[in-house]
Amino acid sequence: MTMALGEVIFFVVAAIAILSALAVILHPHPVYSALALIVTLLQVAVLFLLLDAQMVAFLQILVYTGAIMVLFLFVIMLLNLEREQEPPPLSWRLGMLTLGGLLASELGWFFLRRIPPSLARTAKLDADYGSVTALARTLFTDHALSFQITSILLLVAVVGAVVLAKRGTE
Amino acid sequence: MVPVEYYLTLAGVLFAIGAAGVGLRRNVIVMFMSIELMLNAANLAFVALARHLGSMDGQVTVFFVMTVAAAEAAVGLAIILASFRNRATVNADELSSLKW
Amino acid sequence: MGLEVGIAAVKALVVVLITLQLTVLLLWVERKGSALIQNRIGANRANIFGVMPFNTGLVNTLMADPLKMFTKEDFVPEGADRLLHFLAPFLSVFPILVTFACVPFGDELRVGGMTISLQVADLNVGILYILAVASMAVYGVVLAGWASNNRWALLGGIRGSAQMISYELAMGLALVSMVMTFGTLDLQTMARAQGSGLGSFLGFGKPVLDWLPAWGIFYQPFAFLLFFTAGIAESKRIPFDLPESESELISGYYTEYSGGKQAAFMFSDFAEIVLVSALVVTMFFGGWQIPFLGREGFAFPWGGRLPLPHLVIVVGQVVAFLAKVFFFCWLQILIRWTLPRFRYDQLMRLGWKMLLPLALANVVLTSVVILLAQ
Repeated sequence: MTMALGEVIFFVVAAIAILSALAVILHPHPVYSALALIVTLLQVAVLFLLLDAQMVAFLQILVYTGAIMVLFLFVIMLLNLEREQEPPPLSWRLGMLTLGGLLASELGWFFLRRIPPSLARTAKLDADYGSVTALARTLFTDHALSFQITSILLLVAVVGAVVLAKRGTE
Repeated sequence: MVPVEYYLTLAGVLFAIGAAGVGLRRNVIVMFMSIELMLNAANLAFVALARHLGSMDGQVTVFFVMTVAAAEAAVGLAIILASFRNRATVNADELSSLKW
Repeated sequence: MGLEVGIAAVKALVVVLITLQLTVLLLWVERKGSALIQNRIGANRANIFGVMPFNTGLVNTLMADPLKMFTKEDFVPEGADRLLHFLAPFLSVFPILVTFACVPFGDELRVGGMTISLQVADLNVGILYILAVASMAVYGVVLAGWASNNRWALLGGIRGSAQMISYELAMGLALVSMVMTFGTLDLQTMARAQGSGLGSFLGFGKPVLDWLPAWGIFYQPFAFLLFFTAGIAESKRIPFDLPESESELISGYYTEYSGGKQAAFMFSDFAEIVLVSALVVTMFFGGWQIPFLGREGFAFPWGGRLPLPHLVIVVGQVVAFLAKVFFFCWLQILIRWTLPRFRYDQLMRLGWKMLLPLALANVVLTSVVILLAQ
């Protein structure tokens, strides 16, 4: 079966993403969990590139791996967290993993049984789909209100984070 | 051409892994990271369907989700820092003084 | 499709090789240049069987030092995290090298019926890519500091990463004003837009101002200063080199590294110098543009024309790009050996309370001017 380069990349990236996601939840050391999450986020960014979403892919790298995960790593190192010493009982862990597996297989079964018709219905894309101009056009016209609200939200978050993390010195 | 269902399945699997992680781990920070994993799975589903339908609205939604996730991560980690100063633990089982 | 991938691979190889050569050359310039500035001789002992009569220190820097670095014993300190200690140098080098993918080093090359754009990756979000990948450089620093099991290294690592994140903001905002001026995120388009005369670009003062090329420095001098300062801070050079302060923290975050891994950190340091210079040149000094040189040849404002063959133009433009980059690398080395180091709180205050509001003011001013000009 011949597969185009895009499909090969998709399967490789998907495999790495799933493996690193499992490492996030299973590795006992929080720093390694954070690094595995960074790997997963980078795979998702590559998948965004495969989906012609250039702007969102690099925003993912900039915001998620470049800022949010650095914040996570900082907090883990600041709190000097070590390997998890007492994991919850084995029955609990197996139960959680089984539930996760059930959810994954249910979603997979729901989606995978409808493949042939969908390929024919994939829409034609505009020439600048996924570019900055297309994103900006939609963002500042249809979603302008959400944009303004998000900016207020960010201001609130910044002020809140500073207030919460401050040591009471006075 | 990868059909959109493959992307949605991958998003579903990542979401399920994240959900299992929230229940599985007791370290609050790792639980938080599992939540970020779930958010990313949702983002992937949004972008895949946006491409399938040829609309940019999915990508705009992802833009907002990323922004809100950043704000949430900042505030959440500040809360964890503040509670660590009081209790010296990040184990969710031990942060249970509000339980009756 | 295979041909495109092949051409891109060749371009990437060329860029990496040029960066490597420039890095080693800059190492020599730094050693001998610092000796000149500090009124001493510098390294001049190593020679090959007594044959190196001018004692310029070239053998020392280009042959003896790399040989020493790569043959030194490579140890991991006791109690350190082995995997992360091994991974950190790679995480430091990789983002810097990858960022070069979006830097244009020449105009198109028309050969054999094909048009090859002299830029490794033609993304339409070039500047966003650069910011995104440069923000990954923080991981090498923080992991190197943490994985060394050494409190001074950890201190250097935390300081370094906090400094890098703070100055990324000022850098990004300075870039935003450039994006607004050119109306595009693609660096190749920006470089091409700086080819006309200044009068034609700005739309007024045509006859007189056309004598000056439309380089970014003339209409965004403030953004240049902000970006250059933030770039020097990002690469942790003096005056911002507290994470690596030689007189205080030994080597800061890479104290516990020896041999090849330390060479990797040094390489990433110098490669980042080249990167900041390349970005400054592309956005503010016309990139590969030679003033008055168009696609057909020279086109002087007084009407003189000098047609040149295509290959000569392309080679000339690449050489011009390299010369400008080298000038800014030299400038950064000069700044390094002239200024004293900032204290940590002065550094953070400069980043947050001075550069960031100034960059924001620059963005607002630029948008007002653009609005009024329409």
